[in-house]
Amino acid sequence: MTLLATETKEAKSAPRADRPLRREWGVANVFSHGFLLLWALLTTLPLLWVVLSSFKSDDEILTDPFGLPGALRFENWERAWTEAHIGRYFLNSLVVVSGSLTLTMLFGATAAYVFARYDFRFKQVFYYLFVGGMMFPVFLALVPLFFVVRNAGLFNTWRGLILVYAAYSLPFTVFFLTAFFRTLPQTVAEAALIDGCGHFRLFFRVMLPMARPGLISVGIFNFLAQWNQFILPQVLMPNDESRYVLAQGLSALAVSQGYQGDFSGLFAGLTIAMLPVLAVYMLFQRQIQSGLTAGQLK
Amino acid sequence: MRHGKYPLIITFLVPPLLLYGVFVVSPYLQAFQISTTDWLGYSADANFVGLDNFVRLWRDDYVWNAVKNNAILLALLPVLTIALGLFFATMLNMGGRGGRAGVTGVRGTAAYRLVYFFPQVLSVVIIAVVWQQVYHPNAGLINAALKPLGIDGPSWLGDPRTAFWCVLAVMVWANVGFYVVLFGAAMQAIPRDIYEAVLLDGASRLVTLRRITIPLLWDTVQVAWIYLAIAALDGFILVQLMTNGGPNFSSDVIGLRMYNTAFASETKFGYASAIGVVMFFLTLSVAVLALRASRRERIEFS
Repeated sequence: MTLLATETKEAKSAPRADRPLRREWGVANVFSHGFLLLWALLTTLPLLWVVLSSFKSDDEILTDPFGLPGALRFENWERAWTEAHIGRYFLNSLVVVSGSLTLTMLFGATAAYVFARYDFRFKQVFYYLFVGGMMFPVFLALVPLFFVVRNAGLFNTWRGLILVYAAYSLPFTVFFLTAFFRTLPQTVAEAALIDGCGHFRLFFRVMLPMARPGLISVGIFNFLAQWNQFILPQVLMPNDESRYVLAQGLSALAVSQGYQGDFSGLFAGLTIAMLPVLAVYMLFQRQIQSGLTAGQLK
Repeated sequence: MRHGKYPLIITFLVPPLLLYGVFVVSPYLQAFQISTTDWLGYSADANFVGLDNFVRLWRDDYVWNAVKNNAILLALLPVLTIALGLFFATMLNMGGRGGRAGVTGVRGTAAYRLVYFFPQVLSVVIIAVVWQQVYHPNAGLINAALKPLGIDGPSWLGDPRTAFWCVLAVMVWANVGFYVVLFGAAMQAIPRDIYEAVLLDGASRLVTLRRITIPLLWDTVQVAWIYLAIAALDGFILVQLMTNGGPNFSSDVIGLRMYNTAFASETKFGYASAIGVVMFFLTLSVAVLALRASRRERIEFS
């Protein structure tokens, strides 16, 4: 701010050759700074409002939506955690995603490694078969997928969900990691092979550790995508409420609290679901932002 | 390098290929076959009806209504999101005064970048429910803000005139942050001295954006365009959660039409698959068109 202020003063008091240009940029700065601030408020205010409302009583929420909560009512959170089962859904999500993420990374890395480092017949066909999946929204396959999963006896199970999550994460993972494995130096692999290292050991001991930055990026991407997945569990695991993942639980909570008028419980549930994700994001902002955007720049 | 590579190729490639084939490729292929039947689901009864489903689809006003909404999304979502994304990214990366420090971002860039990305890490379900509450006619944030001004706000999601636009606004809201970061990363790769030279030549900010930044970012803008176009043809989860296509189908989209045809009040799997197949080709042609229309000479810089 001080730098900006002194420079404006300077431009006013001492007329200089480039004054019109500088003034134009200065005026634009005020406006655009306003817009930047406005958008920052637009993104944070609704979320902040939800967090504040989670401490209010239903009465406060209905009569004074803008006011601050009269007290820190953590009992709202408790109610959402136990009665609305947000706690259980949270754990369910954790179990499902840790399974599916492991499978995604294992299958994605091995397939990508083969595509990037070896030549074999029909390689291009297989590669484009995988990568082509990135183009189409999941819901186009929903109807047949429902029957594939049911006929395999995986309907309403976490196992089914884990397999399906991993399968639909493969296109992007393979695409991203193939590009990444290609950038790794060839000479290291050749040296290891000459030293008598087998192909499998080469992958697990040399190539995989070298690919760590890429694995972390795509891992973060997949974690968020799978953690936030809603439509697949909605179709493939609709019946057993005790197995719901967090996204399903929240949408069920929104419907039922809407009927019951338990607004504070709903806001508390939203807050519990939202804060851990935002906290993790703020801790790993740089990695998460580059993880989510890197794949689309290539 | 040669001996013993096939055991590795087979063990590394076959399991992922099997998983992918069973749960991704085969459903997409089956969708085509199911779309030519009158299958109603739970019984095995499915008669081949040729292209009947597609003929019916052509005359189905509900489908056309949904297509119309997707067309509006397709026209507005990419333009609005990319315009806002480019504007904010420019401000954050080179909005600072061209003073002693050269071309830099405005003050607080790091904080803005942190906050703008918030919607990107939240689940669609959270976004939908949060905004449902923000739009709430009595206790919502918007109408509470309008009340002191003496305005009785509309019921937003409950009003057929406003519901669709409210959902569109949320889609833009949820997407802009991602593209601010994406464009920002691409801008960082542009050499600073180009901007300093242009600044010395007296170019205004708008000219700089139009003549220098956008041409140099064109590849990234193109990618953004395709992703947003595909998102515009989808939009299904947000609509389902916020309005369920209502009131009176005013915010319906094709994805929701398909979902409701298959999994809601009726189980017309054959007909729903036909909608899916049409969507498949629509998505494909929109992606190809976007790629074609935005093709330009690529500008290299190092």
